[in-house]
Amino acid sequence: MVYSYYPGCTLKTKAKDLDRYAKECAKALGFELEEIENWQCCGGVYPLGTDEIASKLSSVRALNEAKVKGQDLVTVCSACHHVIKRTNDDMKNVEDIRTRANNYMELEEPYAGETTVLHYLEVLRDRVGFDVLKEKVVKPLGRKIGAYYGCLLLRPSKIVQFDNPENPTIIEDFIKAIGGEPVIYPYRNECCGGYVSLKEKEMAGKMVDRIMDSAAGMGAEELITACPLCMYNLNKSESANKLPVYYFTELLAEALGLKEEV
Amino acid sequence: MSGHLHEDMKSRVIDISGASPHKCMKCGKCSASCPSFDEMDIKPHQFVSYVNNGDIEALMASKSLGKCLSCFACVERCPRDVKPGKIVDAARQMLIRQQGQAMLTPEDVPELLDPEVPQQLLMSAFRRYSR
Repeated sequence: MVYSYYPGCTLKTKAKDLDRYAKECAKALGFELEEIENWQCCGGVYPLGTDEIASKLSSVRALNEAKVKGQDLVTVCSACHHVIKRTNDDMKNVEDIRTRANNYMELEEPYAGETTVLHYLEVLRDRVGFDVLKEKVVKPLGRKIGAYYGCLLLRPSKIVQFDNPENPTIIEDFIKAIGGEPVIYPYRNECCGGYVSLKEKEMAGKMVDRIMDSAAGMGAEELITACPLCMYNLNKSESANKLPVYYFTELLAEALGLKEEV
Repeated sequence: MSGHLHEDMKSRVIDISGASPHKCMKCGKCSASCPSFDEMDIKPHQFVSYVNNGDIEALMASKSLGKCLSCFACVERCPRDVKPGKIVDAARQMLIRQQGQAMLTPEDVPELLDPEVPQQLLMSAFRRYSR
């Protein structure tokens, strides 16, 4: 199976681990990530204003490229997934945005939300299957791992349709599949502070300290995330309970025995 | 300010946000869910009242505009689908779309950087704090 792959700005720079482990593991699991040519940055945050069109066009271009190739679009970064999925929902269901975006685009055939957007974790769950993944694990991790969901993967749940927003299980199921022991903790779906960490460092610090204290208090030895901004913010924690944070793709590569080769 | 202008600003916030402040029943779940609650001068449930009263200027002057994370906890948990987070963002848009009102400029950036700052952080911050 070949998917259109949208890496996003940070996976080419500060989050290369998230990208390269994802691609290597895909091969081992029987699917391929074919990078969309000339993709443009999604903008990092979904433009909330109902009158914002231009800032959604980079997502529409990527979505249309995937449509033309007849492929589903896969992202690994939580933010790209969030922005592209919500923009796709607009193109499918909001006539005003669809019309105005298509007026800018001048495509041969207007884009109307035809592409399916999947996060890499959804590919593992819904296309590969966690049971199949489990069979391919050569080095079960055996560690106590906390899933850090944050906000972008889960909310608004009606649109992103990723998992139950209050009691998600997908990353815990992933942890079980790679032989780890998932640790449930209350702050796993609380925001890390997102973009406020640029200007409001003290405020963001308090937020990630709460997350670390919550995870460590429930017995986690490490955290995993799918988001480079969550990674950055969590690593800024100055809590005495600070845990190491990894991208989920790195632990996947470790469990599949690919980490040293990549 | 004339009542006419108040009504005009109120309808702009409602248009930009696509939110429905009149549906609010004041349960406070949005403020209870908000991870930035302690940092805000006007709280999420109060945003709704300010819009209903047409006092948009006070919202635009609120420091809460820089504290909302757009994490959507309030939107997810609102039992009446009011979308408080979108109202905060609309007030922020009303402010930063005015000339010279950006909450972040390129000149601010160098002193905020450290070697680990991901591109995603700069992109996201500029998208939320400036036009």
